[in-house]
Amino acid sequence: MAAKPQQTAERSSAKGSIFNDPKVRGIIYQLLLVAGLVYFFWSIVQNASHNLEKQNIASGFGFLGNTAGFLPNQTLIDLSATSTYGQALLAGLLNTLLIAVIGIFLATIVGFVMGVARLSNNWVISKLATMYIEIVRNIPLLLQLFFWYFAVLRSLPHPKQSSSIFDTFFLNNRGLYMPRPVFEDGSGSILLALVIAIVASIGISIWAKRRQMATGQRFPAFLTSLGLIIILPFLAYLVSGMPVSYDYAQLKGFNFKGGMKVIPEFVGLLLALTIYTGAFIAEIVRAGILAVNHGQTEAAHALGLRNGPTLRLVIIPQAMRVIIPPLTSQYLNLTKNSSLAVAIAYPDIVSVGGTVLNQTGQAIEVIAVWMIVYLSISLLTSILMNWYNRSIALVER
Amino acid sequence: MSQKPFSFVRKEMLDERSAPISSQGPLYWMHQNLLSSIPNALLTLFGIFVIYQILSAIIPFALLNAVWEGSDREACIANGAAHGACWAYVKAYFPQFVYGRYPDDQIWRVNIVFIVGALGLIPALIPSIPFKRANVLFMLLVFPVMTFILLTGGNLSFEDHILGFIIGFAIILGLGALITYATQGKMKPVLLTLSAIGVGIAIIYAVMSIDFGLEPVETANWGGFLVTLVIAITGIVASLPLGIVLALGRRSQMPVVRLVSIIFIEFWRGVPLITVLFMSSVVLPLFLPEGVNFDKLLRALIGVALFSAAYMAEVVRGGLQAIPKGQYEGADALGLTFWQSTGLIIMPQALKLVIPGIVNTFIGLFKDTTLVLIIGLFDLLGQVQSSFTDPTWSTPVTSHTGYLFAAMTFWIFCFGMSRYSIFMENRLHTGHKR
Repeated sequence: MAAKPQQTAERSSAKGSIFNDPKVRGIIYQLLLVAGLVYFFWSIVQNASHNLEKQNIASGFGFLGNTAGFLPNQTLIDLSATSTYGQALLAGLLNTLLIAVIGIFLATIVGFVMGVARLSNNWVISKLATMYIEIVRNIPLLLQLFFWYFAVLRSLPHPKQSSSIFDTFFLNNRGLYMPRPVFEDGSGSILLALVIAIVASIGISIWAKRRQMATGQRFPAFLTSLGLIIILPFLAYLVSGMPVSYDYAQLKGFNFKGGMKVIPEFVGLLLALTIYTGAFIAEIVRAGILAVNHGQTEAAHALGLRNGPTLRLVIIPQAMRVIIPPLTSQYLNLTKNSSLAVAIAYPDIVSVGGTVLNQTGQAIEVIAVWMIVYLSISLLTSILMNWYNRSIALVER
Repeated sequence: MSQKPFSFVRKEMLDERSAPISSQGPLYWMHQNLLSSIPNALLTLFGIFVIYQILSAIIPFALLNAVWEGSDREACIANGAAHGACWAYVKAYFPQFVYGRYPDDQIWRVNIVFIVGALGLIPALIPSIPFKRANVLFMLLVFPVMTFILLTGGNLSFEDHILGFIIGFAIILGLGALITYATQGKMKPVLLTLSAIGVGIAIIYAVMSIDFGLEPVETANWGGFLVTLVIAITGIVASLPLGIVLALGRRSQMPVVRLVSIIFIEFWRGVPLITVLFMSSVVLPLFLPEGVNFDKLLRALIGVALFSAAYMAEVVRGGLQAIPKGQYEGADALGLTFWQSTGLIIMPQALKLVIPGIVNTFIGLFKDTTLVLIIGLFDLLGQVQSSFTDPTWSTPVTSHTGYLFAAMTFWIFCFGMSRYSIFMENRLHTGHKR
C-alpha cells in the first residue's frame, strides 16, 4: 500500500520528460505560434514597405489632409471644391450610417409584418408571405440591387414625363423629388411643442406602467403619446400663424428645380437592403414566435384575450428573447451589405474610399479606414443590442 | 322486483357517419382559412389582389409576350416596342453565361469537370448510398487535382522545385522524429503520417507537372457560372479545415491560441466581403515578396476562403458546443490523447450535427460570389451584366430578361440547397426529437 505512491513517482521520473507535461507543451506550442505570427507580420511589413518604396507611394495617413478633386453626389455635411480626402471619407461614413439606420428601421417593420403574416391563419396571406421569403432569400443581394437600380429606377421616364403624386412628389430617372419644408420665424414654437410632447409621452408611459403594476389597470399609453406628438406641434403650428411653407419641386427646362431630391442610388440601395434583410428578419421572427410554447396562446385565450392582444402582450414579449440575438446579426449584416453601394456608386464609405484609393494609391490606408469603420460599427451595435437583450432577458432567481 | 325484459338491445354498432358539411370539405376549409371573419375576408381579398398584380406583371412578360427565337435585337422589338422577355438573347448568350470566354474548342474540358463533379457529388449527398468514405476522398483529393489540370491545362513545371521540396520535407521529417524522440512518444505513427503527407503532396505536384498536352487557358478567360462554382466550391472546401482549426483554437485552453483565434474570427466576421475582396486584389500583391505574383482569381479565392473560414469556424464551434460533456470525459477516461479524442470521438459527431449549418454557409457563399464582379472578375452575374453593352441585343427588355434569367438560376440552386439542408436537419435530429 505504502509503496504505491513511490512507484508512481518512480515511473513518472523514468518517463518524466518535461515535454509530457501539458503545461510545458502548451507554453511551447504558444511560443511557436507567436514566433510564427511575428515572422509572418514582419515579412509582410518588409515586403509592403519595399514594394511601396518601389512605387513611390508614401505610407501614412497624411493624404487625408490633401484636397480631394471630387465631391460625393450626396452629402450630409457641407463639402466644397476645396474639401479634403478626410472630409470626403467622413461624408461617406455619414452616408453609410444614414442608409444603415433607415434600412434597419424599414427592414424591421417589413420583417415583423412578414414573419407574423407567414404564421397567419389566413391561407392566402401566409402563402404570400412564404413566397416572398423563399424567393427573396435565395437570390443574391447584388442581383436584387442591380434589378432595382438598373432595371427599375434607371428605366423610369425622363423628368419631363415623370410620374407624380398630386404634383408634389415626382419620380423619374434622376431621383425622387419631394417638397422641402422651409421654416420661417416662429417655427421654434413647433419644435418646442414637439419636445414637450415627447417628454410628456415618456412621462405618461412610465406612469401608465407604474399604475398597471400597482392596480392592474391598463392605460392606452401608446395611443395617447401618438396623439400628443401629432396634436401638440400641430396646435403650435396653428397658433404661431402657420410659419412653415413648402418649397415644391418644379420642372424647369429639362430638370426639376427646388424641393428635396433623393438620389436614385439611395432609393435603389434602400429598397434592395430592406427587402432582402426583411426576408431574413421575417424568418427570425417566425422562429421566435414558434419558440413560444403554444400553451401560452391557449392560456391567453382562456383569459379572454383576443388574437391581437395575445400576440402583442403575451407572445411577442416572450418571443423577443429568442429574436434579439439573431436580429442583431441581421442588423450587422445589413450594415455590412450597405457596402454593395459601390456597385451602383452610392457614395458610402466604401465607394468614396474606392475613389480616394484610385486617386491617391494609398491602398493600405484606405482599407485600414474601412476595416476600422466597420469593426467599430459592429462592436457598437453588438454592445447596444446586448444591453437591450439584457434588459428584456428573463430575470431568474 | 320483477325484471322487465328490455324492449330493445342493440346488437351491433352503427357505422360512423361522416362529419356534417359545416365541419369538413372545401367549403369548411375556405371558411376556416379564408373567410372566418370580416377582417380575414378583407385580408384574403387583399392577398388575391396582390397575387393578381404580381402574376399579371410576370406571366405576360416572361411567357405570353416573350420572344423565344431570333438572331438579333430586331426579333425582340415588335412594332417598335418590346413587351415581353427576350429569351432569344439568353439563348444566344447561354454559352457565355456558363463558360465565360473559355475557348470554344476547349469547352469539353469544362464539361468533363461538370459531369464528374455531379457524378461524384450526388452519391455523396444521398445518405443511403454506401462507400461514403471513398466517395468523399475522391471528391476532396482526386477531383480538385483533376479539375485544376483540366481547367488550367496543368503542366506547372514544378520540376525545378522538386529538390527544394525534398530537402524541406526531409527537414520536417527529421524535426518530427526529433520531437517524438524528445517527448518519448511512439515514433512510428508520427513518421508514417508525416511521410504519407509528404508523398501525397509530391504525387500531386508530380501530376500537376505532367504535360498532358492540354492547351493552357488563362483564368482571365474563365467566366460565367464556371467562375461562380469555382469560387464557391473552393471557398467552402478550403474554409472547412481552416474553420475546424479555428473552432478548436477558440475552445483551446491555451490563452494565446484562443486569443489569436478569436481575433481572426471576429475580424473577418466584422468586415464586409467587398472590403476583403478589395484587400485581396489591391493590397495582397503589396504583401508578397518581389517576383511572386498571384493570379487575380487566386487572390479572390484566398480572400473568400479566409472570409468564409471565419463563418465556418463559428458553425463548427456550435457543433462542438452541442456535444455533451460526457463524450469528452469518456474519451479522456479511455486514455485518448487530445488529437485522438478530437479526431475519433468529438469531430465526427460535431461535423455530422453541423451539416445543415455548413450547407447554409455554402448558400451564403454561393450568393456572395456575385461580389467578385466588383473587382473585375466575371461570374454569372458579371457575365450577364457585361452582356447588356452588346449593341446586337440592346433592347429595353434586355436587362430585365438577363436579370430574370440570373435570378432564376441562382434561385434554383439556392432553394435546392436549402431544401437539402432542411432534409438533412430532419434526418439528423431524429435522435433528439421528443
